[in-house]
Amino acid sequence: MKKYDVVTTISYPVKGAMGKTGNWRVFKPILDKKKCVKCLRCWIYCPEATIIRNKDDTVDIDYVYCKGCGICANVCKVKAITMEREAKKK
Amino acid sequence: MTSIMIDTGNYIAAKAAVMAKPDVVAAYPITPQTTLVEGIAKYLATGEFKGEYICVESEHSAMAACIGASASGVRTFTGTSSHGLLLMHEMLHWAALARLPVIMCNINRVVGPGWNIWADENDSISQRDTGWIQFYCSSNQEIFDTVLQSFKLGEHQDVSLPVMISYNAFILSHTSMPVYVPNQKDVDDFIPKRKPKWELDVNNPITFGNIILPHEYEKVRKEMQKAQENAKKLIPQISEEWKKKFGRYHGDLLELYKCNNVDYILLSMGAIGSESKVAIDNLQKNGYKVGLARVRTFRPFPKEEVLKLGKKADLIAIDRNISIGSEGALFSELKASLYQKSDAKVHGFIAGLGGKDVTFGDIEKMCKKVIDGKAKDMEWFGLEGV
Repeated sequence: MKKYDVVTTISYPVKGAMGKTGNWRVFKPILDKKKCVKCLRCWIYCPEATIIRNKDDTVDIDYVYCKGCGICANVCKVKAITMEREAKKK
Repeated sequence: MTSIMIDTGNYIAAKAAVMAKPDVVAAYPITPQTTLVEGIAKYLATGEFKGEYICVESEHSAMAACIGASASGVRTFTGTSSHGLLLMHEMLHWAALARLPVIMCNINRVVGPGWNIWADENDSISQRDTGWIQFYCSSNQEIFDTVLQSFKLGEHQDVSLPVMISYNAFILSHTSMPVYVPNQKDVDDFIPKRKPKWELDVNNPITFGNIILPHEYEKVRKEMQKAQENAKKLIPQISEEWKKKFGRYHGDLLELYKCNNVDYILLSMGAIGSESKVAIDNLQKNGYKVGLARVRTFRPFPKEEVLKLGKKADLIAIDRNISIGSEGALFSELKASLYQKSDAKVHGFIAGLGGKDVTFGDIEKMCKKVIDGKAKDMEWFGLEGV
């Protein structure tokens, strides 16, 4: 990666530049692998690149960085992803 | 071969800008800047300007387009005036904080309401804290030379900041004067190809304007301050190099005029600065010991040079602007430069607001009032009905 000798408002791509953003999550996406048809819409739409695409086009979710926005669940055509509250109410 | 071009300040600025070979010009017309961008459009039609001309829908977009282009590593130029400059305000900060050397002419015009298109420096003075380098020109030749010098200065590795070249509406923008124009080859040799400090490149992806935490943000501001200090050292060098190469010189940060053996030094900017020379000639002829230091750069402000003047003479400032609730901007800067280091008295005049004419006779009157001990610390000169 090319680095520039300047102090200004630019930043370089690194994983988790803002820390472990998974702890921002209120709702957690739960994937039902039995329903998944490998269409990869979740992988395309995830704004944080936290859908991990495996070699056989199955997917996993990176919970360390997933902020729980719910876009993956929304775009999933077969409703294989559901959003569940992180912590149960007391 | 040098040629002589007789034209208005705006067309002269357009000629200089095109000779710097910018890759992108994005501009929106506003009186009294219109003929500047019209001039560049003419060079586009004749093929003399080979860059990209982006017609935008507002000045905010004009500056945003220049920032985008500059961030991709190319050379950019634009021009505006008054309300156009004010609409750019947010983007001016963006350009400076991102250390992008966008070069821009600003034609000093009154700020409304009260629709008025004449000369007044409140437009650019109200942008002084954006981080831009600010030049104030006093003749068409100085406009030409300063535009070309600004590309070299702003794009210099030790500076990398945007530069604003200001000149008074109509008095310069629409007045024809003869100007020496060097040949293209010499200009090419004078301004090296731009080497960006950073650039947006799909092969080396980076983010521009992303979130930045407090301790990192402070460093960015400090580096900008350092860059302005570097500019303070470079401006005299570039002026000197220009003089050697092209034979013309308008001073460095200040232009000193007849400042030897004087008790008073007048400081003024822009067109009032050149008018002041006539006043100084007349005053000295009549035995008044007063010289002139015309302020070329308001940012960086020449504190050290002003202090040198303040150690040998009392100072008089003429401001074609006012920071309402305080005083003229130049007047404030002079006093701050002397603070705790000189006991010189400083007098300030507000004159020529709203484009009111300030003649050499008026400037003589102001100087005489100070020398005769009749001036208050700060005065409004020639205010009607008062």
